[in-house]
Amino acid sequence: MNRQPDINTPALRGRYPDVFNRPMASRAGVPAILVAALALFIFGLNELDFSPARMWTGLRELGWITMMMIPPDPGSSLPAYLHAMGETLSIALLGTTLAAVFALPVSLLAARNVIPSAWLRFPVRRFLDSIRGVDTLIWALVWINVVGLGPFAGVLAIAISDFGAFGKLFSEAIEAADKKQVEGIRASGGSALHEIRFGLMPQVLPVIAGQVLYFIESNTRSATIIGIVGAGGIGLQLAEQIRVLEWQKVSFLILMILVAVAAIDWISSRLRFAIIGRRAVA
Amino acid sequence: MSAAVSILPAPQLAALNDAYRKAVARRRLRTLFVVVACFAALFVAALGAEVNLRTFIEKIGNFGSYFDRIFTLEAGTRVWTDVNEWFWGWKKWLSLLGETVLISYVGTLIGAVLAFGLNFLAAENTAPSVPLRFAVRRFMEFCRTVPDIVFALIFVIAFGLGPMAGVLAIAIHCVGALGKLYGEIVENIDMKPVEGIRSTGAGWIDCMRFAVLPQVAAGFASYTLLRFEINVRGASVMGFVGAGGIGQELVVAVRKFYYSDVSAILLMIIVTVFIIDIGTGWLRGRLFGKEARS
Repeated sequence: MNRQPDINTPALRGRYPDVFNRPMASRAGVPAILVAALALFIFGLNELDFSPARMWTGLRELGWITMMMIPPDPGSSLPAYLHAMGETLSIALLGTTLAAVFALPVSLLAARNVIPSAWLRFPVRRFLDSIRGVDTLIWALVWINVVGLGPFAGVLAIAISDFGAFGKLFSEAIEAADKKQVEGIRASGGSALHEIRFGLMPQVLPVIAGQVLYFIESNTRSATIIGIVGAGGIGLQLAEQIRVLEWQKVSFLILMILVAVAAIDWISSRLRFAIIGRRAVA
Repeated sequence: MSAAVSILPAPQLAALNDAYRKAVARRRLRTLFVVVACFAALFVAALGAEVNLRTFIEKIGNFGSYFDRIFTLEAGTRVWTDVNEWFWGWKKWLSLLGETVLISYVGTLIGAVLAFGLNFLAAENTAPSVPLRFAVRRFMEFCRTVPDIVFALIFVIAFGLGPMAGVLAIAIHCVGALGKLYGEIVENIDMKPVEGIRSTGAGWIDCMRFAVLPQVAAGFASYTLLRFEINVRGASVMGFVGAGGIGQELVVAVRKFYYSDVSAILLMIIVTVFIIDIGTGWLRGRLFGKEARS
């Protein structure tokens, strides 16, 4: 390509000083951030014991493991795996439902348009935040101490960590609700409970139903892992088979999880479309 | 006031009432059906998950008393009466927390860089070829459906115990999750700049660099920060399977019934997560204004 002959750089410079003489701060900003990020990255690699040699042996090992995973084969324990998968799905369904049932009244307390007083709302919100700050696996550990090993601890772990998430999401849905209906109920002489039941609930229930379905889907994923600490479901089998290096069974279990998650995904997105319509989901 | 409402003659009213009652009855029947179906599903699930209400009622006291116990020192006093004793290991825990955040940072960065490279191949409007797009998409789906802790379990065996396994597990999961989100941003861009660059004879890479990247950079950064926040939570439990971070210490404290340690470590994790949440929220607000924050 030929250069255009009539470009007069000094004149252009004079005409657009902002473009050619950007202040130092804005010019150095992005590279400085990148350099800082890279420096921290290298420091992190060093700190976390990364080394090319370890990486290389690890990758070779990983290659071997992958080779040994093929073909996936459940051996003779297919019925046990199917049972564990059923347990996982049960944990997800039950845990999410429990969380939703308990979160609904609490979310009302955290919603600005229901409880105008910040003094009551603030502690409820911080309470929900701290529940969310703790991972599901940690809750599973705590519940195992309380109700013993087994899927029931998993149900309670999912229930309590989702309780925090639902409390926040539901209260946001309630705050987004149109207040005209509520005012209408109040004008016709309804009590506060009437306002919630006939003014708010019809508006927020479809949103809430959509969120609950979405969480059942994502909890199927979480429920597959809480077994790792002993709270039932397919994770228990998976962790065990990895520990005894039965790679064919491991790959079969991973495939099972992928299929189950895809199936639940499909069902719940269908249900969500049916409840709140195609547009609202996106 | 009631005079304003005209009252219809009785026969007309009866017909209307009848239709109304029928409609309500039909709706109620449908609701009843849905409710029954839900309860049936829950019942089956309860059987499957070995829910035992009796154990629950017997043991629920333990839940309260567990929190009572984790807030009690060995001497029998409340933890906050002797903060020194409560946080006796704060130096070790703080450095482990630092390691946790670092695991999350390095993992997120590796994942983000890989996802950045892959997402242009996976987005509908920029993918250079359909089979490649299909392959990249399936790969990313696999990465995000397998939970990161499962990757960690496998990597611990391949790469040995330690934070390296945790970093790689988070990185792989991150590729899947971020790749999808990045791809969605790229699919929503304005294609006119791309056509403009292509009309000057630029290749695919130049199109991505000068037409797509300026439109998506802010969205990418925002999602990456969000992911970092999520990964801090994820990294806090990596230690459960021996993949580094504070989780190892926590699981030991829980299993060995070092009660006051459990509360101290949990509190430190929660505070760290809070700080990271607030920090990244602030950063996103600073970088991209209010609209990008949601």
